[in-house]
Amino acid sequence: MAFRPTRVRARAPILGEPLNVLAIAVIVVFAACAVFAPLIAPFDPLVQTLGSRLAPPSPEHWLGTDQLGRDILSRLVYGARISLVIGVVVVALAGIFGTFIGLVAGYAGGLVDEGLMRLTEVFLAFPPLILAMAIAGALGPSLQNAIIAIAAVTWAVYARLARGQILALRRREYVEAARSIGASPMRIIARHLLPNAIAPLLVQASFDMGAAIIAAAGLSFIGFGAQPPTPEWGVMISEGRNFISTEPWLSLFPGLAILFAVGAFNLLGDGLRDVLDPRLRRAG
Amino acid sequence: MRFLGFLLRRIVGIAAVMIGVSVITFAISHVIPADPAVAALGDHATDEQIAAFRSEYRLDRPLVEQYVTYAEGILHGDLGRSIRTRRAVIDDLVDSFPATLELSFTALLVSMLVGVPAGVWSAIYRGRPPDFVVRLLALAGGSIPVFWLGLIVIGLGYYQLGWFPGGGRIDAFVAPPPPRTGLYVIDSILAGDLNALRSSLLHLVLPALTLGYFSTAVITRMTRSSMLEVLGQDYMRTARAKGLRERVIVLRHALRNALIPTVTIIGLTFGSLLSGAVLTETIFSWPGLGRYATASAVSLDFPAVLGVTLLAAIVYPLANLVVDLAYYWLDPRIQRG
Repeated sequence: MAFRPTRVRARAPILGEPLNVLAIAVIVVFAACAVFAPLIAPFDPLVQTLGSRLAPPSPEHWLGTDQLGRDILSRLVYGARISLVIGVVVVALAGIFGTFIGLVAGYAGGLVDEGLMRLTEVFLAFPPLILAMAIAGALGPSLQNAIIAIAAVTWAVYARLARGQILALRRREYVEAARSIGASPMRIIARHLLPNAIAPLLVQASFDMGAAIIAAAGLSFIGFGAQPPTPEWGVMISEGRNFISTEPWLSLFPGLAILFAVGAFNLLGDGLRDVLDPRLRRAG
Repeated sequence: MRFLGFLLRRIVGIAAVMIGVSVITFAISHVIPADPAVAALGDHATDEQIAAFRSEYRLDRPLVEQYVTYAEGILHGDLGRSIRTRRAVIDDLVDSFPATLELSFTALLVSMLVGVPAGVWSAIYRGRPPDFVVRLLALAGGSIPVFWLGLIVIGLGYYQLGWFPGGGRIDAFVAPPPPRTGLYVIDSILAGDLNALRSSLLHLVLPALTLGYFSTAVITRMTRSSMLEVLGQDYMRTARAKGLRERVIVLRHALRNALIPTVTIIGLTFGSLLSGAVLTETIFSWPGLGRYATASAVSLDFPAVLGVTLLAAIVYPLANLVVDLAYYWLDPRIQRG
């Protein structure tokens, strides 16, 4: 009987699942708000119209106005810009640094691995928000410092993931082959190990986009991130706090914006995990 | 013997992590700020106070020597003095820790009582409407900002319905029970004070629901996925084939095995509970570590914030150790391995 290769089913495309499409659609909407904020926002997010303070949602102000008469929809649209930038920058900083540390640890092995992994464990021992608060406190309250603080508490997960992937891959034949023809460690890492180790890192990145947005909003809420009058979602929720019983829309809409944005990234993370790495697939 | 070895290895590991933790808090307090003395004493400190602080903490000495002084202080329970409360930070931490413990435990209890059955239910009805609803709620739980949820919950439970108090641990007109454990619910029971028990339980409802939502979502997802895995095993088919009732199959055979990974998750969510407690306690004026940390942070009370950071970093690995021990006890395969 002739040998017939088993036909391997192509990877399910990310767009094959309706929930993934929904997640991507929501992210695209937020990204569009971020990029085209000046075109989309009906009002200037910082202009105070004291005559129309605390106005409920109406045809003029779709989502109402805040205690200084600023249009909430416009502030939300500009807030998307801030939140998405936070997510991207945090994930880029933490992802690149953490992956680098993990790759070095996994490839070098021995004492280097041992030392770097203990360092990773130390960072994982801190509850993220509390450590971020301490770092943001040391650096001084600002959005930029909040981003640095969140990245500082996020990188360790990437280090651990990347190392795990490298340990699984480094004994593969193609890596041995590359080594035997004299490829440098950097080339082996960059050309052979990283491309094959990237799937779980991408999944993590999607989850961390959401986590970074929530963390930054949380830091801003307690005064350690963006400062008023910046139209940041956490700042907006904080400013609406005192009006929760009478004018709940002040806090309600920015919270919903966070919920949808973070929910979309989490959903996308689930979808990416299923498509990119079936071994990690969970039924959840 | 093997158990002792396991325990010893873990304890040595935790000690190593603790040294690392102290290096990082040292770096945050001594290396990052332009002037650690000003950071520790606040902007209003006089030149004399700053000079005295510098010589007391040897800030003019090399960094290694400074670290040794700092680590010695920690080992003696000296976490500095709070600028805001003017008390030793360690005393403040000891006072506010029970409130956080009570809230976190209640939140965790809620998460387990809701999360495990929800996960089982979702797995049994896989792909059908109950599964969809549970998964949607679990997704929201992982995506909702806890401080916003707290505000919404107060808006509904306190302002709209008026069913529950909007903040604090106990009514202003009810005397707190005599402190034995520091946990109001337990202390009220021990003192037989029904009034205090009722009041402290009512005060726990909204913050525990708020704080517990995230961990409920995590536990639900974990229980669902491990239930689905177990339900597909051969021994489940055997159990059905020999005619066991579905209820027995699910509860006795499937759930017992599916719970093992859930126990691990409980340890891992403890860290997120502590992070969540910072914001939840702030919203609900809950006098625990989280509110202490936020109030300190807002008034730039640096020693207090670092004290909470250090304590949290100690509690988290310890909680994980407890979970590992439970895991070891629950799953005989680990003992043999």
